[in-house]
Order: sequence, then structure tokens, then C-alpha cells
Amino acid sequence: MSRTRTPAVSGWFTGEGDRFRLLGTRCSSCASVFFPREDGHCRNPHCAGGALEEVPLSRKGRIWSYTDSRYRPPSPYVSDPELPWEPYALIAVELESERIVVLGQAVPGVTVTDLTVGMEVEVVPGVLDEDAETTWTTWHWRPTGVTA
Amino acid sequence: MTAEVAVLGAGMHPWGKWGRGFAEYGTAAARAALADAGLNWRDVGSIVGADTVRGGYPGHVAGATFAKALGWQGARVASVYAACASGAQAIATARAQILAGLADVVLVVGADAAPKGFFRPAGGDRPDDPDWLRFRLLGATNPAYFGLYARRRMALHGDTPEDFALVKVKNAALGALNPYARYRKRVTAEEVAASAVVADPLRLLDICATSDGGAALVLCSLDFARRHGAARPVRIRAVSTVTPRFPSTVLDLPDIATDSAAAVEPPGETFRASIARTAYEEAGIGPEDLSLAEVYDLSTALELQWYEDLGLCGKGEGAKLLREGETAPGGRIPVNTSGGLASFGEAVPAQAIAQVCELTWQLRNAAGDRQIPGARVGITANQGLFGHGSSVIVVR
Repeated sequence: MSRTRTPAVSGWFTGEGDRFRLLGTRCSSCASVFFPREDGHCRNPHCAGGALEEVPLSRKGRIWSYTDSRYRPPSPYVSDPELPWEPYALIAVELESERIVVLGQAVPGVTVTDLTVGMEVEVVPGVLDEDAETTWTTWHWRPTGVTA
Repeated sequence: MTAEVAVLGAGMHPWGKWGRGFAEYGTAAARAALADAGLNWRDVGSIVGADTVRGGYPGHVAGATFAKALGWQGARVASVYAACASGAQAIATARAQILAGLADVVLVVGADAAPKGFFRPAGGDRPDDPDWLRFRLLGATNPAYFGLYARRRMALHGDTPEDFALVKVKNAALGALNPYARYRKRVTAEEVAASAVVADPLRLLDICATSDGGAALVLCSLDFARRHGAARPVRIRAVSTVTPRFPSTVLDLPDIATDSAAAVEPPGETFRASIARTAYEEAGIGPEDLSLAEVYDLSTALELQWYEDLGLCGKGEGAKLLREGETAPGGRIPVNTSGGLASFGEAVPAQAIAQVCELTWQLRNAAGDRQIPGARVGITANQGLFGHGSSVIVVR
């Protein structure tokens, strides 16, 4: 039985492969960008509030900082307690044109020893976890030039 | 300068993993604070509880829980939840009541029985809650954010893991002198370096534990203090409870992203720095007037950040200030003389109150072996989830 690919959170990203992009919203009045998307009202207190339009965020950015998770995070993070814990890296990435920092997991196999602050990374589709019916998809950050 | 309120009493329940309910810790701390003030619970006109919340619903509501445990006596009641700033906002509420003339004497109580291991949201699917989302999507625990800040300091300012370890060495040495602290053993830099990595570059001994504990204060008007025979009480001169300013550009708990600075230039100071500045402005003093400080050392690296945000040194100079011994006893501005969260652990609603307890004892010259000679002015600083932070300035 094949699993359905379903975003772990709806409306935050779209596309596959090279066309994968994070989705935010942008205020038509002041041009502030929001991620996660803000669909209610512009949160810039200097702005009277314009329409919030969906925009794809830049694919590439530079590492603001990074760390990892050497211990199994508690729920609602999903992991198989039967399997030994495999640490993953977390990367906070600064997107130049949006002037925003977005946190995400690194692609599997990339560890903190592969990273430095200021390094260029790109957003790629990833898998958060799987159950019997569903593959829950997410975004990952990957150093540019790494193809693994 | 705003009007002041007096700290007539301070009390704590020892911190640790005691396996009892939070009401017991809070009530014990409250009774200790009342005894310290020389007052009977029936003399108290208002009680303010700092809430503990797991998953958005507190179960018990702190103010009334403590009031019932102490014996219903008709006092005015309020309860405050603001994550790690709960205790300071409870103090702010009490102060406002006193200054408004709504009560002469207010009892402020915070206590918690913390779960083991990482703090986490309660069960259930709550995808509209940013705290739930960061765990579900990223597994980003609190130490993960502390790790991000620590790595950023290393990249920007050249801090090293050895610098971070020195914070633990300093605070553990002070905690060893504090009968209320959970950990009362000195720690060496080698022991920090030998402990397991939790969130690179931070190790187990760089990060504060979760704990049970309780702390309480009896606050009153200066008139009441004088009538009660306290001619020169320790006084609270400022309580800052500001929010960040848009765009807030430092990634903060529990957010997955910062605000965007695409439309508006970021303010000239960070949220953390604005918390302290507001307190200084309200108190009419500056960092040069301080005798000591109690700051939220959720991680060792975060303590260095507070040095800079409190204006104890310039940007990027936190580790230098530490290395020169200026934040240790005998230095220019001792920090976390209580032993800090490194020695206490986190009992969320109690810790901002516990900071003021330590300043009170220091300013009364009653801090025993950890006394800072001639202490006259102290500041606290803390930061909780969701844009909550606070700072209290206490003077003698």
C-alpha cells in the first residue's frame, strides 16, 4: 500500500523538487512579509493594514545560527521510541530580500560539523514522519552544493 | 521617578525534586515570607498568585489555591500567567494595587512542581498554537533555542564553550552557599566539558534543569512599612514588563521565524535590551549604579547575553567581563549571587519572585556567606515565552 504525501502543516509550502518553496504572505500596503503566513491582519503597527497576499519565499539564504537535538524531543514531535535516537541539526536561516529568519531541520545526513554561520543554504522538500497511510512532508534546509 | 513599594517579607521553599504539589511549596514560601515580615496572613489585603500552566489550561488557579491553603480570609485575589515572567507580572500587579490604594499589604506567591526533562506542550492537536507547532514540526525544545543563541555568540563575538563553562563554575560556587538552591555542589570546567551535549554547543551542565520550588514576597506601602516599624525597608523602585517592538528580528521562543524587517527598520535595541532600559528609566538609575544583578541563566551563554543587554559591558564583551572576574563576588557587578537557575533549576512561576527574594536578602545584608558587602541597588531580568520579559529594580 502506498502512502499519501500530505503536508505536516497546510499552506506553508508548495511544489516538488527545484520548484519547492516556503509560502508566506505579504501586506499589499507596507510590504511586510509573514512566515508562518498571517492571513488575518498586517502585524506592522505602523501600517493601517492592506490585503495579505500569498508569496513564495526566497529559496536560498544564509545561516544565522544552528544547533542540534542530541536527545529525543518530547511529543508532539513524532519519533519511533523503538529505534535508537538519531540526532538531527536545526538551522536558522536569514532570507536576504524578506529580511526574515526561518528555522527548520537540516536534510538528513547533514550534521553541525558540516555547518558554519553565514553559509548558504537552500530550502528543499523533506519528510517529517510516516505512519501506515501517510507520509507527512515538511521543509528542510540543505547547504547549497550538497546533493545528498 | 515613580512611587516605591516596600518589600516587608521574603520567603522560599527549598528547590529540588520533592514530588509534592505546587500548592504545598507556595504555601510554605508564603508562610515564610509572612513570618519574615512579622505579619499574620489575616493582615494581608490582597494575594496575587503567579500561575503554572501546562498546555494552556492551568487546572488550579494560583491566587485562589494559595488563599484557600492559607485559610479563606476574604482578601482580594488575582492570578497572573506570563510564562517565565509570571512572577514579575504578579509583583507588578501587587505594586499597582498598592500604589492605587487598593491594598496596603499584598502577598505575592509563585510555585511549581515541574515535570522531568524537557518542558513540552500538553497533548492534543493544536496547530494554531506556536508552542505546539515548534515541537510538532521541528522538535525544537527550549535548549535548542539556547543552542542557537550560544552558537551565534561564538560566531559573532568569539565566545568559546570554555567561556560558557565558566558561568556554570561561578554560579555553582554561589549555589553551594545557598540553602534554598537545588544543587549545592561546586562544579569544575572539566565537569562541564565532560557532560553530554544536549543542543550543540551546549552541554547538560550549561543548561538549567526543571525543578520544584516556591517563592513569596510580602509587599506594602511605605506608609504601612513605617507604621509597622520598618523605617528603612528594601524598596521596589521599578518593574518593567514591556513587549517587543516590530520588527523583532532575534528568533525567540517559541517562534519558528522572526518578524520581517522588509518594510520597517528594526529598532536600535533588541527586546532583551529594551526590558532593562525601561526598568532603568522608571527607576531613574543606570547600570553604573548597580551593586548586583540576578539574571535568567537558562543557559550559561544566555547569562553572557544579559550582561550586554543590562548594559554591564559593551556588545560582545560579556565573556571578557566574566573572564576578568567582574561578575563574580569581589568584582564590579556580581551576577546571580543566589546561584542562579544553574543552581535552582526552573520552577517557572516562582523564579522571577525568587530573584527579588535574593536581592532583598542581599540589600538587607542578610545573605550569609554569599553576601555582597554594601549592596545598595539590584536588578533582575528574565524572559519567558511569547514576548514576555521583565525586570525589577530593588533599592535600599
